[in-house]
Amino acid sequence: MGQRKIRVLVAKPGLDGHDRGAKVIARALRDAGMEVIYTGLRQTPEMIAEAALQEDVDVVGLSILSGAHMALTPRILELLQANGMEDVKVILGGIIPDEDIITLKALGVAGIYGPGTSTADIVADVQRMVEDPQ
Amino acid sequence: MTALADAVLSGDIRALSRLLTHIQNESPPAKEALAVLYPHTGRAHLVGITGAPGTGKSSLVNSLAKAYRAKGLTVGIIAVDPTSPFSGGAVLGDRIRMRDLAGDRGVFIRSMATRGSLGGLARTTGDAVRALDAAGFDVILIETVGAGQSEVEIAHEAHTTVVVEAPGLGDDVQAIKAGILEIADILVVNKADQPNTQHTVRALKAMLDLGANRPSEFWHHSRLSPESSLPAQPEAADHWETPVIETVAITDDGVEPLLQAIDTHYEYLRSSQRLHIWERARLESELASRLKDALLDRLVQHTGQEKVKQILDQLTERVIDPHTATESLLNAANSHRQGWNSTAIQDQE
Repeated sequence: MGQRKIRVLVAKPGLDGHDRGAKVIARALRDAGMEVIYTGLRQTPEMIAEAALQEDVDVVGLSILSGAHMALTPRILELLQANGMEDVKVILGGIIPDEDIITLKALGVAGIYGPGTSTADIVADVQRMVEDPQ
Repeated sequence: MTALADAVLSGDIRALSRLLTHIQNESPPAKEALAVLYPHTGRAHLVGITGAPGTGKSSLVNSLAKAYRAKGLTVGIIAVDPTSPFSGGAVLGDRIRMRDLAGDRGVFIRSMATRGSLGGLARTTGDAVRALDAAGFDVILIETVGAGQSEVEIAHEAHTTVVVEAPGLGDDVQAIKAGILEIADILVVNKADQPNTQHTVRALKAMLDLGANRPSEFWHHSRLSPESSLPAQPEAADHWETPVIETVAITDDGVEPLLQAIDTHYEYLRSSQRLHIWERARLESELASRLKDALLDRLVQHTGQEKVKQILDQLTERVIDPHTATESLLNAANSHRQGWNSTAIQDQE
């Protein structure tokens, strides 16, 4: 009778004001049958972790175009851990240099998507991450 | 297996959040936990916030929650947004307006998608409210989808229903149409800094004057009780007078009077039999609804897909009519009456 839906938090941490990408992703995930909690701009890591906890999301999607990903992402991962949400998958969209990609993946980020990534690929990844976690 | 329920009762937020997911998904742990939690419900004041899109419901919820917090009360918030009928997905964006509440452990915000329900709420919103109630929140604000005039379901879920209007969204005729305006315990004109505010306020007050001395309870005929067992309507002198309150939510203007009005309404319900009457009518309606679903499932399961298909085929080919089709299915179930009962017993284990 009931259904299980994939719940994804989409947030823009920090001071980055360009949200078109985040909105495009939110829309794509919605069209794929997921429930997207869209929290918008100027989120602090604490706000993101709190929202993830209250909404019991499967995935946290961060959009960072400001270059501040190395400052923000590890902090968010840390807070999710502290809240008992180590199973949550964190994915990142934005402008991320290769060397940072390696570091972030080592820290546990499950997916990193640069400009031009197809939304279909992101949707497929999210579905796989949630339905078939390793 | 009461671990989840116990954790919720002890204030574990992670457990509450997990439980809300089980509730939304209608999974077995939800039923078990809710059974344990039910005796702990009934403490919170349930306030519904409804109104057309763009009237500022979320901003108003944000302001109200801040005001309640300033008074030392804890607030649970359920914000409902629509599920796409095409994809089954949803964008739940009400949290955006509630930035001021971030970092406050006395506030818990949960977004829910309607998942196909009409009427402005999700099917499972009632159970989600119960979870927050049992978890100890003093006030629970329930924000509906806000799609339009027939979103009356909130009156069943909330003690106090606040209907939010904004200037310039309709003329006097809109004000007297049936639907959500009738269920308002409190009418709010938000964005009251706009030029045509007084016109809207006047139209609403005129509508209220026309409807003075209407019965204030929202009755829903349920099949469970015969007509004669409905309690008598309270006297005209005791009727609640719906106030019209002007607010500018984004600057918190008018929110204090609104909070006062909400509190006054709750006192009004509690000081008479009304709260009890409302609870009973609402639970009766819920029971009837759950029974309908459960009985239908059980009947179909018991009768078997073969027989159901056969009858549906006959109906489609116009061999039998819908009333006869219904009787046939009921008779098919009856003829295995004993088997029906043992299936029922098995399901309980």
